[in-house]
Amino acid sequence: MNAVTLLTSLVDGLLIGVVYGIAAMGLNLIWGVMRVINLAHGALIALGMFGVYLLFSVLGLNPYAALLLVALLGLLAGVVIYLVAIARVINAPHLSTLLATFAVNMIIIGLATAVFTTTPRDLGFSLGSIRAGPLTLLGTRLVAAAVTLLVTGLLYAFLYRTRAGKYIRAVSNNRSAAELMGIPSSRILALSFGIGAMLAAIAGGLIATFFSFTILSGSVYELKSFIISVLGGLGNPLGALVGGLILGVLEGVLPLAMPNTWVPVIEFLLFILILLIKPSGLLGGKQ
Amino acid sequence: MKHWLQPGFWFALLIVLGLGLWPVFTREASTREVGFTILLAMTMAVSLNIIMGYTGYVSFGHVVFYGLGGYVGMYLIGTWNASLPLAVLGGGAAAAILAFLLGKAILRLRGAYFALATIGVNEAVRTFISNFKPFGGPTGIELQFSVYKPYGGATQALWLTYYAVVGIAAFAVIFSYYLKTSKFGLGLMAIREDEDAAEVLGVATPNIKTLAFVFSALLPGMLGVLFFFKNGNVEPGDAFRLHFSIESLVMIMLGGQGTLLGPIIGALGYQRLRGALLTNNVMIGALPLKDFQLVIAGLLMLLIILFIPAGLVGWLRQRFPRSRRILV
Amino acid sequence: MSNLLQVQGVTKHFGGLLALSQVTFDLPEGQILGLIGPNGAGKTTLFNIINGVYKPDEGRIFFRGQDVSGKKPYQLAKMGMARTHQVVRPLNELTVRENVMAGACFGHENQPLGRAASIAGEVLEFVGLAARAGQLASSLNVAQKKRLEMARALAARPYLLLLDEVLAGLNSSEIDGMVQTVLKIREQGVTILMIEHVMKAVMNVSDRIMVLDYGLQIAEGSPQEIAKNERVIEAYLGDPKLAERLMEEA
Repeated sequence: MNAVTLLTSLVDGLLIGVVYGIAAMGLNLIWGVMRVINLAHGALIALGMFGVYLLFSVLGLNPYAALLLVALLGLLAGVVIYLVAIARVINAPHLSTLLATFAVNMIIIGLATAVFTTTPRDLGFSLGSIRAGPLTLLGTRLVAAAVTLLVTGLLYAFLYRTRAGKYIRAVSNNRSAAELMGIPSSRILALSFGIGAMLAAIAGGLIATFFSFTILSGSVYELKSFIISVLGGLGNPLGALVGGLILGVLEGVLPLAMPNTWVPVIEFLLFILILLIKPSGLLGGKQ
Repeated sequence: MKHWLQPGFWFALLIVLGLGLWPVFTREASTREVGFTILLAMTMAVSLNIIMGYTGYVSFGHVVFYGLGGYVGMYLIGTWNASLPLAVLGGGAAAAILAFLLGKAILRLRGAYFALATIGVNEAVRTFISNFKPFGGPTGIELQFSVYKPYGGATQALWLTYYAVVGIAAFAVIFSYYLKTSKFGLGLMAIREDEDAAEVLGVATPNIKTLAFVFSALLPGMLGVLFFFKNGNVEPGDAFRLHFSIESLVMIMLGGQGTLLGPIIGALGYQRLRGALLTNNVMIGALPLKDFQLVIAGLLMLLIILFIPAGLVGWLRQRFPRSRRILV
Repeated sequence: MSNLLQVQGVTKHFGGLLALSQVTFDLPEGQILGLIGPNGAGKTTLFNIINGVYKPDEGRIFFRGQDVSGKKPYQLAKMGMARTHQVVRPLNELTVRENVMAGACFGHENQPLGRAASIAGEVLEFVGLAARAGQLASSLNVAQKKRLEMARALAARPYLLLLDEVLAGLNSSEIDGMVQTVLKIREQGVTILMIEHVMKAVMNVSDRIMVLDYGLQIAEGSPQEIAKNERVIEAYLGDPKLAERLMEEA
């Protein structure tokens, strides 16, 4: 193992870690705002993957343009899921929302599997690569990382500079107080869920530009999102990004020291460990 | 309280024994296979109900006990030539030990965090075993055909295994009822209703929860050995299917968590529905209905969560208080 | 008369907030000690520390002669301490009877289910909920839930009973009823430490009163002494004439 290999692995890890981060951000946001763990997260990521795939391969649309459309559809899907499945049990014990999102997951995956089957898909899309010193960086990965940072920036601008964003922060801070001040909390919750779904869909779309996938790939990223959220702190979007980077780097660098197949074991052990030691995450989030 | 004469208990036991012994009367292999599936589903649901319905801790990773127990049992048979009964006990013990260790660690977590942790545990064990050479790594353990000789050949072995499964299923019902009507069970339900208040009342919550977890793990561990023995092999993908745990969860919710009868009825209903879905030839547009198994299960679960969270048995008990003696 | 409970120098911080500072007092057997003070004074926090829900940052607690600082709530219950909560915590999906049985089963007497059922019957008679024994706890109204909470604590036949605002939300006649119940409990030999805001009641029921304000003990003594104490009046009672009237109505 030499320095170039290490550096390559590190950079690869960071680039993919950024995308992991945005995948986790949606889960994180929903937890932060309404204390719901969205078990349909993986399904939404998968839908994002398929959305971009279909628009690209059937309509010939540029993947990044397709991404915009997919993001919008994701937002819509999230709002609908909230209103149909979650609104009714939002104030019931945690278990109800957990199982409700899980049921939604089953429905989406079931429908999508029936329609799309489990055949692997590949966008076959490439943007070439750039040489930076000893490193070769894939164009698609760079653009994905850039899009992620852009979206993160927009998210923060939305949360901190717009009225709706302020409402979201108020509701996530103290829902009853926000309601007393006249904030329409159910609309805000629906919007927040929609944004969470949108982020998941965007993540899926970006992943589709450089990895092949099946309808079941979403669940892999969902598991990663759990690990990341717990690493970075459930409820802390920036933490999601940091957690994503950490996971990405781990995945990039660990295979240099041990067989590939051990990496998931380490990941899951880390997950459990953090849940036990500091469930509020390394950066601290909401309990 | 513990009235062994309470009709509800006998009703539950009769259902399980009736279903279980039916294939024995018909001596048909196909009926036996259906029996295997239903009894497995019922026992998994009844055992999960102990930690979930009685104690209030929702586990998504219940299958890990089935898988680990199965692996240990298969290892004992395949590598150490152990007899089936010994292997079954070994599997149960392994699952119980895992539950004990886990109990100390993850039962500290509440609600959703606990549920997530159980997923993590299942995945961690699965990925670990995929790498664990003595257990065959990613290809798992395969039994030689000669393993069935001591039992009089494969067919005999299958029937023996079936009797064992019926016995375990019946034991599950008896054990679950015993727990529910015991002082220990009252402690579990107090934890479920309000863990902090239970602690203030004097319920030694950490130990009680762990014990409940161990109880819930025992039978799946034993069943795992029997089922993989019957199949002749075990692989990480088969043994730790998250989907399997989730189905147990759906069955409990369908039937009514926290009741004795709920998981049994829920398992029965779910398996019949699944069977009907898999064997029919109805089409939805260009697609066969059977592909929609997951969708239908999901829709069922969603409807139950939104409108009848107490499940069928729970709802009936609320609506018809007189039914409470039968629908325990 | 020995001291059933001894609290020495208990201090507790929550982050930067000082919730309790050097709280020290003794509670002899058979006494009723009233704990009063403005909201946020630290009264329930003190209960939580005595009861084992929180660990004190400094100080020690002695119960029945043993150092119990840092013990968990269920260990204290097994030693004979019981408590009610300010916001009632019934075991909702269990029946009233089962709720009370839980108290008897898991308290220091560790009763088996059969015995616990008889004890529950007696205690429910005592608090006046016997007619509702088979109902689910969730179907009771607030006043009944408070009685249930008390019954559950009594079923354990504790040495020490911590009552946290048992009178809150009750109307005048319900308050009188509850006060009588508290006195009857003391007659059975139970020592009581009670947090209360209903001044008329606590002044009449307590043998001694302790006043907390911002985590500090600002006064301790008989009800008469407390009613006249200037610091207490300033911090809590407000009007000295009111205090006199409260005592007169006794």
